[in-house]
Amino acid sequence: MSTLAARTPRYSRRLAGTAALLRLALRRDRVTTPVWVAVNALMVLSMPGTLRNLYGTTAERTALVDQLATNAAFRALIGPVFDTSVGALTAWRAGVYAAALAAAASLLIVVRHTRDEEESGRLELVASGAVGRRAPLTAALLAAAVADAALALLVAAGLAGQGVGGALAFGIGLAGVGMVFATMAAVVAQLTRSARLARGLTAAVLGAAFVLRAAGDSATGDGSSALTWLSPLGWLENLRPFADERWWVLGLFAVAAAVQGAVAYALAGRRDLGMGLLPGRPGPPAGRLGTAGALAWRLQRGGVLGWSAGFLLAGVVYGGLTDGAADLVGDNEGARRIFERMGGHHGLTDAFLASMTGMLGLIAALYVVASVLRLHGEETSGRAEPVLACAVGRLRWAASHLTIAFGGSVLIMLLAGLGFAVGYGKEVVPVLGACLVQLPAVWVIGGVALLLYAVAPRLAPAAWGVAVAVLLIGWVGPALDAPRFVLGLSPFGHLPKLPGGKMEWGPVLTLTGLAVALVAAGLAGLRRRDLAG
Amino acid sequence: MTRAITVSGLHKSFGRTRALAGLDLDVETGEVHGFLGPNGAGKSTAVRVLLGLLRADAGTARVLGRDPWRDAVEVHRRIAYVPGDVTLWRNLSGGEVIDLYGRLRGGLDGRRRAELIDRFELDPTKKGHAYSKGNRQKVALVAALASDVDLLLLDEPTSGLDPLMEEVFRTCVEEERDRGRTVLLSSHILSEVERLCDRVSIIRKGRTVESGSLADLRHLTLTSVSAELAGPPDGLSRLPGVHDLDVRGRRVRLQVETDKLDGVLRSLSEPGVRSLTSTPPTLEELFLRHYREERAERNGVAR
Repeated sequence: MSTLAARTPRYSRRLAGTAALLRLALRRDRVTTPVWVAVNALMVLSMPGTLRNLYGTTAERTALVDQLATNAAFRALIGPVFDTSVGALTAWRAGVYAAALAAAASLLIVVRHTRDEEESGRLELVASGAVGRRAPLTAALLAAAVADAALALLVAAGLAGQGVGGALAFGIGLAGVGMVFATMAAVVAQLTRSARLARGLTAAVLGAAFVLRAAGDSATGDGSSALTWLSPLGWLENLRPFADERWWVLGLFAVAAAVQGAVAYALAGRRDLGMGLLPGRPGPPAGRLGTAGALAWRLQRGGVLGWSAGFLLAGVVYGGLTDGAADLVGDNEGARRIFERMGGHHGLTDAFLASMTGMLGLIAALYVVASVLRLHGEETSGRAEPVLACAVGRLRWAASHLTIAFGGSVLIMLLAGLGFAVGYGKEVVPVLGACLVQLPAVWVIGGVALLLYAVAPRLAPAAWGVAVAVLLIGWVGPALDAPRFVLGLSPFGHLPKLPGGKMEWGPVLTLTGLAVALVAAGLAGLRRRDLAG
Repeated sequence: MTRAITVSGLHKSFGRTRALAGLDLDVETGEVHGFLGPNGAGKSTAVRVLLGLLRADAGTARVLGRDPWRDAVEVHRRIAYVPGDVTLWRNLSGGEVIDLYGRLRGGLDGRRRAELIDRFELDPTKKGHAYSKGNRQKVALVAALASDVDLLLLDEPTSGLDPLMEEVFRTCVEEERDRGRTVLLSSHILSEVERLCDRVSIIRKGRTVESGSLADLRHLTLTSVSAELAGPPDGLSRLPGVHDLDVRGRRVRLQVETDKLDGVLRSLSEPGVRSLTSTPPTLEELFLRHYREERAERNGVAR
């Protein structure tokens, strides 16, 4: 042992096994990471074509940039624009969202290979091998780095036609945001004992970064607000890709990632395996939970509360932006067309409200999938088995979680409507209606998730794919001027455009009926199949 | 006596893997029935069918007189189940989980709950993620043993328990039997089976290969005999049921099927016996014989 220690440098002992763990991580992520990267790159690389369609001439683009400079609401949503070139507009239009997507992917990768492994107990066996104390964290960060580097490469190569320097800066900037959140997730994963909490907290920081940047950008037109500089998402715009790049901003990403990485390593070196730094509290010696429904609520109430707060806040913020947003779009024919495709034809304020409530509806689809798939998590973890071995029928067990999934979607959309009422203050009832009219489409996605879980449990995670596909169709489809049948693939494409548009009961009732049929088919399938142990 | 569990000709396949291939199992009301077999023999699959979590491809299963798939909830009101690997919700305390399971079954005996927590030395205030494997097992055991039910399905329930706690568990199962409850106990711990079980069923490759009381089963195995005789032995090799005969001058060692012991003793006494030791078959030998046969078969197939 002592001869070994004498021969091997300390750092290499601490990193022993990193290569093998990295291979393991990449192998486990061989589907998800490429999909994340490809979807994100496609979203960015489709922008130049779209923008050229909408703003073909320099004059049109100059007009757009001039309007943006005076519109705080739009800057808050997307950020400021620094040049009239197609490249600069691409970085403006895609930047914040592509960066947020890269950040989300990176934080999920890191937590998945650190705290998840630890919490499940798998790391214990791995760490008993010739594996250094720092190897698991290093492998996780490298796995995220691989994903971010691939994104940077694809974006830089794909946009090189718009200017090599800008393409490089934009690609590296996106990867930089990714790595800032990867290292932040690495820190948080040292603090909490639960992977779910680590993901939630890091995602909350990402949300806060978005809000800081939005607040800063609504105050200033050139990203110079201190609030913007506090947010890694703001650094990306201040890198100014395709607009006389400020390369030194990349140093911010490097410093932040390095500092957070160092903190994560320091924490990881000081704590015990499986433990967090946040202390645990004892629970009650006796419990009052007595039904499957109470158990489901206890398991999901944290999630419901988080989503409720988020939707209320989003309603308030978007409601507050409504008046300003309509002014901006007013003058540009192309932008108006996008908004109208998203939101309908009746006045720009209504179109803005309709597109924002529609966006919240799309996000509510993510909630309903997460909530329905709790069934899947309970089953695969083995926790469902002893519950179902009690006098609890499968249908009642499933119904208890589905009530929270479907009822929760009503609750969060209601709260979003309330938020709009607070933030916007006008048209309270029509806007509330616009929020609620999203629900049949949300339920259809929930029904699809249930059916997948019930009939082909191994494919249940594909429900996330369905939700993300619907999100992309709803978000990017109108901007790309996608054909009608593509928009029609998403249940959201069939909803009436409220407020402003005419309420059509036909599609609403059809979608509701479809959701009911999907749930019924799912429950029937669940009753017939074997449960995993 | 009515039967708590009757299973006949049960088949269950997962894709191309055959987990159960004609399983038979009868558990009388009020007995502790041992359920044994090597890893992968299909024990847990059988228990899950009895719980109505899996649907059998063919064959019949009745639990407490009902179909466990169709009448799952009614059946479950009267049974308690302990899996071999208990997973808990990380943010619920052990006490909360015990009460939850009790309420989800037919109800919980509060006094017995307190007594069991005390005997198993379980801290019910810890959260799910803070329990060790053995303590998670105790949570499920306390919940099952304190539940007001007729039938206990225990699938390797003592995995992870220390010997003291195993002892507590055995005492508890004996108490359950004295109270007239039926127990199906799947276990690899032979001393546990030997002490607790009235009857056992041994399964292999999804089929029942032996079933009966331990005394019956012992009867089927070999007793080893070694003797020193007054004169040279004669005719031992021609006797039925004699195996591994080893004669060195006047010393004889052999294995004999227990029901053929009479003939061997008669034959040994003819030249006159100087000393004799006879060892009855141990339970280990009984099981090892069955387990080994499977390995031999498996190897035979592999070749």
